[in-house]
Amino acid sequence: MGKVKLAGIFALAGATLAMAGAAHAEGTITVASFGGTYQEAETKAFFDPVAKELGITIKQDTTNGLDDVRLQVTGNAVKWDIAEMGADECARGTKEGLFEKLDYNVIKSDGINPQLVKDDWVGISYTSVVLIYRTDVFKDGNGPKSWQDFWDVKKFPGRRALGAFPTESLMVAALADGVPMDKFYPLDIDRAVKSLEKIKPNIDVWWSSGAQALQLVKDGEVDMASIWNGRATTLKTEGAPVAFSYDNGVFTADCMVIPKGSKNKDLAMKALARFVSPDLQANLPMLGANGPVNEKAFDTGKIPADKLPSINSSPENMKHEVLLDPVFWGEHQVEASEKFDNLIQE
Amino acid sequence: MTAVVTDPGKRVDDDSGELNVAVLKRNARNEVWGLLGLCSPSLFLVGLIIILPVGWLFWLSLYDENGMLSFVNYERFVEQSSYVKTFVTTFEVSFGVTAICILLGYPLAYMLSQIPRRAASICMILVILPFWTSVLVRTYAWLVILQRKGLVNDWLIDLGIINQPLALVNNFTGVLIGMTHIMLPFLVLPLYASMKSISADYQRAGMNLGAGPVATFWQIFFPLSLPGLAAGVVITFVLCLGFFVTPALMGGGKVIMWAMRMQQTTSLYANWGAGSALGVLLLAVTFGLLGFFNWLLRGQIKAAWGGK
Repeated sequence: MGKVKLAGIFALAGATLAMAGAAHAEGTITVASFGGTYQEAETKAFFDPVAKELGITIKQDTTNGLDDVRLQVTGNAVKWDIAEMGADECARGTKEGLFEKLDYNVIKSDGINPQLVKDDWVGISYTSVVLIYRTDVFKDGNGPKSWQDFWDVKKFPGRRALGAFPTESLMVAALADGVPMDKFYPLDIDRAVKSLEKIKPNIDVWWSSGAQALQLVKDGEVDMASIWNGRATTLKTEGAPVAFSYDNGVFTADCMVIPKGSKNKDLAMKALARFVSPDLQANLPMLGANGPVNEKAFDTGKIPADKLPSINSSPENMKHEVLLDPVFWGEHQVEASEKFDNLIQE
Repeated sequence: MTAVVTDPGKRVDDDSGELNVAVLKRNARNEVWGLLGLCSPSLFLVGLIIILPVGWLFWLSLYDENGMLSFVNYERFVEQSSYVKTFVTTFEVSFGVTAICILLGYPLAYMLSQIPRRAASICMILVILPFWTSVLVRTYAWLVILQRKGLVNDWLIDLGIINQPLALVNNFTGVLIGMTHIMLPFLVLPLYASMKSISADYQRAGMNLGAGPVATFWQIFFPLSLPGLAAGVVITFVLCLGFFVTPALMGGGKVIMWAMRMQQTTSLYANWGAGSALGVLLLAVTFGLLGFFNWLLRGQIKAAWGGK
């Protein structure tokens, strides 16, 4: 954290110098995302094509999400024109008034789930939380297939890991307790907490980063786990003995915002409009594990039919996943986190 | 500084003793002020970059999300049982690690202070060596060694000592092991320095007067090494209280320490006060405990010295 902050200060100082130096800041926007292979995919899918198309420079930075944007906006030192975060964070940021309003005359939102199209933020991609298990422990496809199975410690003995993220893990717990996907919201948080309490003694690790989840499964420290689909795909491509599917998955979205006080608001709006457009959205699943947020991407003809089963937001897979409703969780984040924290500590 | 030396020699010759005392007192006072004056730039700097921002953060802890004065950030500690658990865990881990460090570090430092200088300096390098590796790297290394299919469990199973792998990591045990490894040098270094300065003549004198080796150690060497031990313990304990990386990686998400909670709290609540209230509480309790230790140890040392 310290390093990130320090880097931020240096970048800020650099940006100030650059602005003082010349007026060529016109035609330049800065986009902050989560880094790693995901941001590389975004660069090829969105940033590079848009920079070329609009004849602008798109600078990149990395972010930890809402906290960083809050710091910039409340500190009156906004250096990002577009920032990415989890959709529930976007919903919280809205309440705090941290973002610029989006202009839906410029941004065409057709094809994007209306739950992810709001006054001051819009969805950008999908991630799934899936159940992964080791096939060397559970042979011949006899592994846990659903969260009910994951909760059934008699039928499926073994070591387990879940994410230390209240929203995702409470949703998983609700599914395990039999909350139907089509009547998921408004979710009874206490019911989910009770369900989580049942499995708690059998959870060996509450992981807190994607890399950690990957390592736990890869080293055989646990036999089954919840994991993000990107990491699950990596494990499978690396040849680890694992299996997972998008059935019974929890579906989360990332969103993009224009932080309040951005100096290149109009240009950012144009760029953002292109990021969510079907033709560029169709690039994303070809480059990484994250699915396009705009379902019209599947009509562009860019995505081959045989690729569809491995895309978490393909129309078929989507039917078996439940969305992490950003507004619901944005509102219940504090309550959920407090109850979750009270529960998981030894 | 020249002002401090106001020709005391001349005054001593005066036959008035009273005057002499007054002058000496004034000289002493001047010296204090002179030293304070010399320190003032650094005191000012410390005030500006440490006391002021920390004080400001403390002030923030009294505000709620809407910018109103309130105790809501502190009430949370009582309302949410997880804060109490985190607080207790933090001190359990810190006491545990400090205790293990004493058990391992005292004999080590004692041995280092007794063996020939050349051997001691080689051993010292071995003690300091871990300092040159990043905490993150060392923590991951422990994960590899201690996990279910790690080196330790594999060996123990191959040797037939155990049938089921031991749970050595992703729990309280893992945090203790990882943190002890990192904290041991912080205890050994001051302890070794103080043991080195204990003259062997004292022990010889004790032996000469008929004390056996055990009595010599407990009645002479151990009390003399207490100040060094106290310094090491305080450094170890206080550093433990602020640990983040090691418990986060080796605790399996079940051992949450106060620093981890600060980070969580800061991102969960939309105001800085929520996080800074945690800082205030930890600082207050730490100062309280240090004061208590100080009092306890002073009494202990006095008893050890005066009693025998």
